[in-house]
Amino acid sequence: MALTWLILIPLVGAILAWLAGRFGDHLPRWVALGAVAGQLGLGLGLWWSDPTPYPIDGHGAWLLEHLVTWLPSLGVRYHLALDGISLLMVLLTGLIGAVAVGVAWKDVDKLPGAFFACLLATLAGVTGVFLAIDLFLFYVFWEVMLIPMYFLIGIWGHDRRIYAAVKFFIYTQVGSLLMLVAMLVLYFVHGRSTGSYTFDLPALLGTRLDPGLGMLLMLGFFAAFAIKLPVLGLHNWLPDAHAEAPTAGSILLAGLLLKTGAYGLIRFTVPLFPDAAATFAPWAMALAAFGILYGAKLAFAQTDIKRLVAYTSVSHMGFVLLGVFAWTSLSLQGAVIQMICHALSTGAMFALAGMLMHRLHTRDLDAMGGFWAQAPRMGAMALIFTMASLGLPGLGNFVAEFLILFGSFDANRVMTILATVGVVLATVYSLRWFQRTFHGPVPEGARLKDLGGRELGVLLALAAVLIWLGLYPRPILETSQPVVDAARASQSEPIRLAASDLKRPGKLDLGVRP
Amino acid sequence: MSLVSLQAAAPLLVMVATALALLVLAMVRRQPLVAMLLSVGGTAAAFATLVHQGTSGAGSLLPLFALDGFGLFITGLILLATCAVSLMAHGYLTDTGAHHEEFHLLLVLAAVGASAMALANHLLAFFLGLELLSVSLYALIAYLPGRPKGLEAGVKYLVLAAGSSAFLVFGLGLIYFRLGSLSLPRLAALLGSAGYDPILQAGLGLSVVGFGFKLAVVPFHFWSPDVYEGAPAPVSAFVATASKGAAAAVLVRFFVQLGLVAEPWWALVFAVIAAASMLAGNLLALLQTNLKRLLAYSSIAHLGYVLVAALAGGPRSAQAVAFYLAAYFATILGAFGIIAAWSRAGREPDQLRDLRGLGRERPWSSAALTLMLLSLAGIPLTGGFMAKYLVVSAGVGSTLWGLLFVLLASSAIGLYAYLRVVVTLYMRQRTMDPAEPVAAGRFGLAAGLALLALVGALLWLGVYPRAALAWIQSATESLF
Repeated sequence: MALTWLILIPLVGAILAWLAGRFGDHLPRWVALGAVAGQLGLGLGLWWSDPTPYPIDGHGAWLLEHLVTWLPSLGVRYHLALDGISLLMVLLTGLIGAVAVGVAWKDVDKLPGAFFACLLATLAGVTGVFLAIDLFLFYVFWEVMLIPMYFLIGIWGHDRRIYAAVKFFIYTQVGSLLMLVAMLVLYFVHGRSTGSYTFDLPALLGTRLDPGLGMLLMLGFFAAFAIKLPVLGLHNWLPDAHAEAPTAGSILLAGLLLKTGAYGLIRFTVPLFPDAAATFAPWAMALAAFGILYGAKLAFAQTDIKRLVAYTSVSHMGFVLLGVFAWTSLSLQGAVIQMICHALSTGAMFALAGMLMHRLHTRDLDAMGGFWAQAPRMGAMALIFTMASLGLPGLGNFVAEFLILFGSFDANRVMTILATVGVVLATVYSLRWFQRTFHGPVPEGARLKDLGGRELGVLLALAAVLIWLGLYPRPILETSQPVVDAARASQSEPIRLAASDLKRPGKLDLGVRP
Repeated sequence: MSLVSLQAAAPLLVMVATALALLVLAMVRRQPLVAMLLSVGGTAAAFATLVHQGTSGAGSLLPLFALDGFGLFITGLILLATCAVSLMAHGYLTDTGAHHEEFHLLLVLAAVGASAMALANHLLAFFLGLELLSVSLYALIAYLPGRPKGLEAGVKYLVLAAGSSAFLVFGLGLIYFRLGSLSLPRLAALLGSAGYDPILQAGLGLSVVGFGFKLAVVPFHFWSPDVYEGAPAPVSAFVATASKGAAAAVLVRFFVQLGLVAEPWWALVFAVIAAASMLAGNLLALLQTNLKRLLAYSSIAHLGYVLVAALAGGPRSAQAVAFYLAAYFATILGAFGIIAAWSRAGREPDQLRDLRGLGRERPWSSAALTLMLLSLAGIPLTGGFMAKYLVVSAGVGSTLWGLLFVLLASSAIGLYAYLRVVVTLYMRQRTMDPAEPVAAGRFGLAAGLALLALVGALLWLGVYPRAALAWIQSATESLF
C-alpha cells in the first residue's frame, strides 16, 4: 500500500493545489511543497527501513509489492513493485520535485494553482512509471505523465512554447504507439504458448520468441524509450521542449522524464528481449557513442543557454545508453548513478539558466559575461555544477562516467574509446559556457543580482548530494547492486562478456560488497 | 402476436408511445419542459424494459427483428444517446424561436428507426428503420429557421440520403432476385451455397454503398462535414452517434452472420475503405478551423478504426466493435454537447477562434472538452484509450499488420488535430478580431447533467471497465 501512497500523495496534492489556487496565489505552492516533502519522506522512510529483497515469480530482487486485480478478462492487473533501482528513482523523483517547486516558488505569474497541479501530476505519473511492473499499467502511467507536462510547456513556457509542446507530445506518442503494438504482440505470443494471457512483467520474462520477431518487438520498446532518452536521431524534440519549457518544467524534463526512458530500457527492453538486445547492442552502443559526441558538439555551438544545457543532456544520456547495452555489473551501476547525477547536475544547470534569464530577460550567451564580480555566490554555484557536468573527480558524475566507461570497455572497445572522447569535449563546452557567463568583460549595462536565500538553498542541496555521491556512492551502489545482480543472473549473458573477471566480487567492485 | 413477443417488442413500443404522446402534447399545450421530460422519460423507460430483458435476448419478433444481445446492446446505446441529445437540446432550443415539441418528437422517431436497424433480422426491417431514421433527420438537420447553413445541410442530406437509399433498394432487389429471401438467417444459408454470382455480388456491392453513406466512410463521406457543421449541434451529435452506430450494427451482422469478410475480395474492399477512412479522416481534420467539421473528420477516422476491429473477425472483434461504439458514443456526444451547451439562440461557438482562451473563462466545460478530445486521441484513463486498445488488440490477434500500421500512423496525425483545439482553449489569448468571436454561454441544468453523466461514463470506461467488458462479452456471444 505504501507504493500506492507514493503515487497518491502527489496526485492528491495536485488536486488540492488546483483547488487552493482559488483561494490565493500563495497557497498552491505550500500545498505543492507539502506533497513533494511527503513523497520524499515516504521514500526515505522506505530506504532507511532497509527491507529484505525477495523474488516475485522467481524474478528479481524486489523489496515491496502491491497487487490488485483490475481487468481480469484482459489479463491486466494493478501491479506495483519496488526494487533498488525503482527506489532510487522514486527518491530522485521526490528530490527533483522539491527542487522544481523551490525554483518555481515565485516565478509563476499566471494561474499558480494550475501550474503546481500540473507539476505534481507529472510527478505522480513519473512515480507510477517507476513502480508499475504490469506492462499495461506501465503504459497508462507512461502516457499519463505526458499530459500535465504538455500543459506545463504549452501554457507557462516561453515564446515558441506551443510548437515545442506539440512536438514533444507527438514525438513521444509515436514511440508509445509502437511500444503498445509490441506489447500486444508479446501478450499474444506469450498467451498462445502458455495459455495465460497476461501483461505481468515477471510472467512475460523468458518468453520464447522467434529471433526476427524478438528483434522487431525489442525495437518497438526501444523506440519508445529511445525517444525519451533521447537517442541520436530521435532527439529532435528535446532542445525545443527543454528550451521553451518554464524553468521548473525543464528541470522535470531533464531530471525525470529522460530518466523514464533509461529506466524503461533497464526494466523492460533488455530483460524482455535479451537475445535481440544482445544482437542490437553494438548498434545501440554506436548510437550512444555518436550521440555523446554529437550532443557535445552541438552544445558547444549554442548561444542560447537553455538549448546548450539541453544538448549536454543528449551527450550525457548517451553514457546511460552505453552502460545499459554493455549490460555488465559495473556499467549498469554506472548507468544508475549517471541517471541520478545527471538529473541533479542538469536540474541545477536549468535552475541557474532560469535564474539568469529571470534577471537578464535573455537567454543569449552574448548578452552575458563577467558576472563573477557582481554575483559571486551564483558564480561559485555555477562553477560546482560546471565541474560536475565535465566529470571532475569528487563529484557524482565522475563516479558514474568512470563506472560506465570501465564497465563497457570489454563489451565494445571502439565505442567506449569514442565515448571517452566525449568526456574531453564535455570539458570544452562546459568551460566555454562558464567563461562566457562569469568571466571576461561585462556587457554594456548588464546588472546581475546575486542569489537570494531560497535560490542558494536549492542549489546548495543539489551540490551537497552531488558531492556526497562523488565521495561516498556506496549507499547507492548497495541499493542497486541486488537488482543488477538479479537482472544479469536471470539472463543467459545477453551481451557475452569475454572478461568474466569483471564479475569477480571484491576485485573490481570498488568495494561495493565489503 | 403472443404476450411474449409483445414483451420482447417493449422497447420499440415504448418509444412509439412516447412519440405519440409528444404529438398529442404539441396539439394540446406547448410546454418545452414537459416535452423534454416526456422524451427523456420515455427513452429511459424504453431503456429500462431493455435492461429488464437482459443481454441474453428474448428471441425474435416476427421474422423481422432479432432481439439478440448484440442488437439490444446497440439499441441501449442508441436510447442513451437519444436521452442525452434530448437533455442537450432543451437548453439549446431556448431563444431560437423554434418549437421544442416537434424536435423531441422527430428525435424519438429517429431513435425508433435507428433501433429498428440495430435489431433488424430481415433486410426489409433494416430498410424501414433506415428510412424512418433518414426522414426524421432531414427535418432535424434543417430544424432551426434562422440557420441558412442548416437548410443547406438538410437539403444536401436529403438528396444524398435519397440517392444512397436508391442504391440500397436496388442492391436489396438484386439480392432478393437471386436468392428469393431477405431474411438474414436464410441469406446466410443461401449465400454459402450460391457460389460466385455476378448479379448477387452486384447486389451486395450496391448495398455496401448504402451502408457506406450512413457510416460516412471514405469514399462516401463527402456529405458529413457539411451536415455536421450546418445541423444544430445536438442533431450533429445524434447523426454522428445513433445513426452511425445503427449502421455499424448492421455491418457487423453482414460481416459475422453473412460471412461477408470471409471472402477475400470483400475483405480487401473493406480494408481499403478502412485505411482510406483513417488516413483521410485524420489528415483532413488537420486542416479544419471549425470544431464541428473537425469532429466530422475525426468521426470518419473513428469509423475506420471500427472497421479494422470488425475486419479482425471472431468474438474478440465483435467485442472490440461494441466497446468502441460505446466509448465513441460517449465521447462524440460529449464534444458536440459542449458546443451545444455553449450556444446561445442558435449561434454556436464552433470556430476555433471562438474557443480562444475559453480554458480560463469556462474552466469546467473546457476541461470536459479536453477530456473528450484526449479520448478521441486515445490517451489512457479515457474510454477512447480502452476502445483503441481493444481494436489494436483484435488487429494484432488477427495479424492485420497493414491496417494496424495505417491505424498507428493516422492516429499520430490525428493527435495533432486534437492538440490544436486544446492549444486554442488553453494557450491562445482571447482576441477581439474584426469578426467578433461568438461568446460561449453558461450551461443549463439539463445539459450540465447530461455532460456530467457523459464525463462519468468516459472515465468509467477508461479506468474500470470491468463490468462493461463483461456485459459486452455476454452481449456479443449471441452473434456466434
